[in-house]
Formats: sequence, structure tokens, C-alpha cells
Amino acid sequence: MNNSNSMFARATPILFGALFLIGLVAPFAVYPTFLMKILCFGLFACAFNLLLGFAGLLSFGHAAFLGSAGYVCGMLVRDVGVTPEVGILGGTLAAGALGWVVGVLAIRRTGIYFAMITLALSQMVYFVVLQWKATGGEDGLQGVPRGHLFGVIDLSNNIAMYYLVFAVFCIGFFIIYRAIHSPFGQILKAIRENEPRAMSLGYDVAKFKLLAFVLSAALAGMAGATKTLVFQLASLTDVHWHMSGEVVLMTLLGGLGTVLGPLVGAATIVSLQTELADSVGSWVTVIMGTIFVVCVLLFRRGIVGELQALIRRAGIR
Amino acid sequence: MEIFGVPSALLGSQLLVGLINGSFYAILSLGLAIIFGLLNIINFTHGAQYMMGAFVAWIALNKLGINYWVALLFAPIVIGALGVLIERTMLRKLYKLDHLYGLLLTFGLALIFEGIFRDQYGISGQSYPVPELLQGGVNLGFMFLPIYRGWVVVAALTVCFATWFVIEKTKLGAYLRAGTENPQIVQALGINVPLLITFTYGFGVALAAFAGVLAAPIYQVSPLMGSNLIIVVFAVVVIGGMGSIMGSILTGLGLGLIEGLTRVFYPEASAVVVFVIMVIVLLVRPAGLFGKA
Repeated sequence: MNNSNSMFARATPILFGALFLIGLVAPFAVYPTFLMKILCFGLFACAFNLLLGFAGLLSFGHAAFLGSAGYVCGMLVRDVGVTPEVGILGGTLAAGALGWVVGVLAIRRTGIYFAMITLALSQMVYFVVLQWKATGGEDGLQGVPRGHLFGVIDLSNNIAMYYLVFAVFCIGFFIIYRAIHSPFGQILKAIRENEPRAMSLGYDVAKFKLLAFVLSAALAGMAGATKTLVFQLASLTDVHWHMSGEVVLMTLLGGLGTVLGPLVGAATIVSLQTELADSVGSWVTVIMGTIFVVCVLLFRRGIVGELQALIRRAGIR
Repeated sequence: MEIFGVPSALLGSQLLVGLINGSFYAILSLGLAIIFGLLNIINFTHGAQYMMGAFVAWIALNKLGINYWVALLFAPIVIGALGVLIERTMLRKLYKLDHLYGLLLTFGLALIFEGIFRDQYGISGQSYPVPELLQGGVNLGFMFLPIYRGWVVVAALTVCFATWFVIEKTKLGAYLRAGTENPQIVQALGINVPLLITFTYGFGVALAAFAGVLAAPIYQVSPLMGSNLIIVVFAVVVIGGMGSIMGSILTGLGLGLIEGLTRVFYPEASAVVVFVIMVIVLLVRPAGLFGKA
């Protein structure tokens, strides 16, 4: 076991380095918009995984953070006229603030109730977005300009936009990676494994849960704000509970509580949706549901989790 | 005639709508509470099962010529049997795991059912005629009461209280309550707990389907009718707490009425008022109105 763990530790920098290089050259091989979509959802899923995979909190309302940050960023860039990086920052902060409000309420209950509360509160956000005039109601926020990064770099160029998205992803991923591998991350795991014991060791469990929630919400918002710039659109689908379910699915499929799992899951789901959208139409929902059921019943470790288990078994032999 | 500056007919009709919605909240949250009590699973498929109840009634009427009264019994049996199948083949495998997996599995099932019906029938609703016996209405002096709507409230409440009676006052109910408290000991006393669990899930699901048939003539029968309702019902469950059967019924009815009143005095907030109440309850009494901490 120890052997294989140290093997993981040695392999990690090489793996991340290779992935980073692939990320740098990818837009020259694959359609950039598709890659940007994967990176946005990948960051969204990684942020979600910080909460479910490491703190054991199932939020069923993460779409509220993705979506509201998207709207805030869109309004800032289109209606106020700020530069894109300010828009992303604004969206991130707004989602973090919303995360604080939702978090304070939701951590008053645990387990299944926690999930239901976050779902109900995100539905409330959905209705507010639907009814408020400034958000464009059913039409969403259309025609958001990508603008010039720092007022200089023109983002209407897809390659330039890609590198911004890639940078945002790397920043978000680094924050999550650091959080997981810090004492803070260890305490979150302790809470996940045994909350009363963590409490009796003197940790302020509620404070750590809330902090994890706000961090996760803010990073989900960072993904949402960036996504709005990529597609120049903030829409109701981003705040709908289907989106909250989708991020759960991405994380579960990729591997709950693994570092790279959510990215793999997001890439799989986004590719599937892109491939299937034309051929099967409304059966996409059925297929997503089926993947959910199969994952829960037979495949709870997810893709990356299964791979790790395979490598570990090979290492022991 | 006016009450608080609002015409009594408007107030009365909105209160009636509130009472009807409240009856649906009550019957659905009751089913969720029973299932949660024994299975420790929150049944996300509940909304889809309500929707399928309505669709079974609609298909039965249009394809098989089965009338409303038969459908009222037929649809819950069909959907309940489907529920039994789900419990036996899938949910059963998850009892030893974290409760969250039950939520995720039933969420996946809800997506599957919703997707299938959306593929078959699109998102526009199908209309279901009000049965002949219950057509028309009566003038109560201060408002006009369509007979069918009155019937829905009476039928839903009768079923709710009958369920309460069975659980609180009969031997079968005693087994069920004991199973909720401590399944191991109940099993040791020679009661077939796995069968009890299967039966409970089937019954909870059948309640949802029954509500679906009741709803069919009032709302359009559409694949999406359950998914938005179920989120409100989740909020109702958080507000009431799932500890008490009577608590679920009263909370459901009360919130329906409050929603109806909001629609009269401040319509913009009617979609979110239940969620706002949930927030207040969480702040003041986190365990829920009838919950045990």
C-alpha cells in the first residue's frame, strides 16, 4: 500500500505536467469552443467535488452558483462595460456571497436534508432569475461581448479566449488542489469520516463546512462567469436544477473524491451530449439517467477511481 | 362583498386553489415521509411517479377506455407495482451504503422516466376530461365552487387520514413504526422486514400515483408536471420534518393555503413563498416544525 502511494506521489507531477502540455497544444488539434466547454464544466465539477468528495456534503443546488455568476458577469460586461477579467472576478465574488448565504442555512441540517435545502434554495434563485427583468427572463442574457482582456487582448479570437479559459481553469484547479492537500483539507476529510469525533477534537465543524461551501460556490461561479464569456450568453438552463444534477453525474462518473475524476467526468459527459444531441434528441435525458443508475449500482468509484484501484492492485503484485 | 379590500370571490377561489395544492403537498410529502421512515431514502422519483400516475390514467382512458373511477385504483396499482420492482432490483442493494446513493439512484430514475415520456408525448400537456358525475359547480354565495375541485380536496384528505389511521392505530402500522425505530429487533421478533420495506415503498409510490390521477383533470397531463412540484414538496418536508405523519399532512395543507393567500396579496412572491418560509424555519427551528432534533 505504502509502496503504491509513494508511486502515486512520484507519478503525480509527471502526470500533471503532461496534462498541462496537452492543454497548451490542444486548441490546435480540437475545436476550441468544445475544449472551452469541457474546461468550464471541468472546473465546475472540481469545485463541486471539493464539497461532496472531500467534505461529504451533497449540494443539489450548485447550478445556482454557476448560473448566478454567469448572469452577474454578463451584466457587468455587457451593461456596465467592464473588462472580462473584472467580469469573471465579479461573478466569482457574487457566487461566493450567495454561497455564504445558502451555506449558512444549509449546514444547519445534515445528510439528505442538506441536499433538499440546497435544492430548494437554488430553485428560489431560479425563480428570481426567471422573474427579474434585468436577467431577461426566458430569453436569458444575450449578446454578452467577450471584450478585450485587460483592455488589450481581443478575446473574439477563439484561440485567445481558449488560453484565458485554460488559465482560469488552472488557477481554479490549483486552488482546489492546494485546499485538498492542506491541513484544511485533512480536517474536511475528518468531518466527512466522523463528524462527532472531529468536533470532540475541538474543531469548529460548522465553520469548516461553511468555508468549504463558500470556496466551492465561488469556484463554481468562476466557471460559470467564464462560461458566459465563452458562449456570450447567460441562460436559464445554467440555473435550472437539471444542471445541479448534471454536475453530480460528472463527478460521480469521473470518480468521487479523486483529484482528476471530475475533469474526466465532465469531458465524458460533454462529449456524449455533443455527440448525441443530433442523433437521439430527447433521449439524452434518458441516457444521462441510465448512466446515473449504472454508476450508483455498479460503478461507484467512477472512471478515475477504478483506474487507481487497478494500478494499486498491479503495484501490490 | 370584500375582505381586506379583496373581493371575496377572488379570495375564496385562490384559497381553494391553495387548498388543492396543499392537498397535493400533503399526500406527496406523506409518501416521502413513510418511505424515508423505513428505507432512509429520499425518493427523488416521487415527482415522476406522480406524473406517471396521471399518464397511466390518461392512456387508460384514451387507449383502453378505462374510466376515471377505475383509473383511481388502477394507476396506483400499476405504478406501485413498478415501485416494488424498483425496490427489489435496485434500492435493496443500497441500504448498507451512504443514504445519499439512494437519492442519486432515484434521481437517475426520475430522469429516465421523464425523458421517456417527453420523447413520447412532447412537453405540451394533454387534457383529461372531468368525469361526468363531478362536472359543474355550486354557488356558495361568496364564491363559485367547481364540484371536481371540492372532490379533490375531500378525496386527498380522506386518503391522507386513512393512511394516518392505518399507521397509528392498526397492527400493520405498529410493525411499520417499530421497523422505523429499530429494524433489527423487529426482524428478530419474527417479522419479515424486507417484505415490509418492499410493501412500504410500493405504497408510498402508489400514493404519488393516486395524487397524479386526482391532478389529471385539473392540470394538463405533462411529462414535466412532477419535477417542479417535487422540489416544493422537498421544501415542505424540510419545513415539517419527516418525523410525524400528521405533521406532514398539516404542513402540506398549511403551506398550500399560505401560497394561495400570497397569490392574492402579492402574486410575484407566490412561487417562492414556500422557500422563504423554509428559510425562516431553518433559522428559528432547524429540526422542522414537527421534527425531532
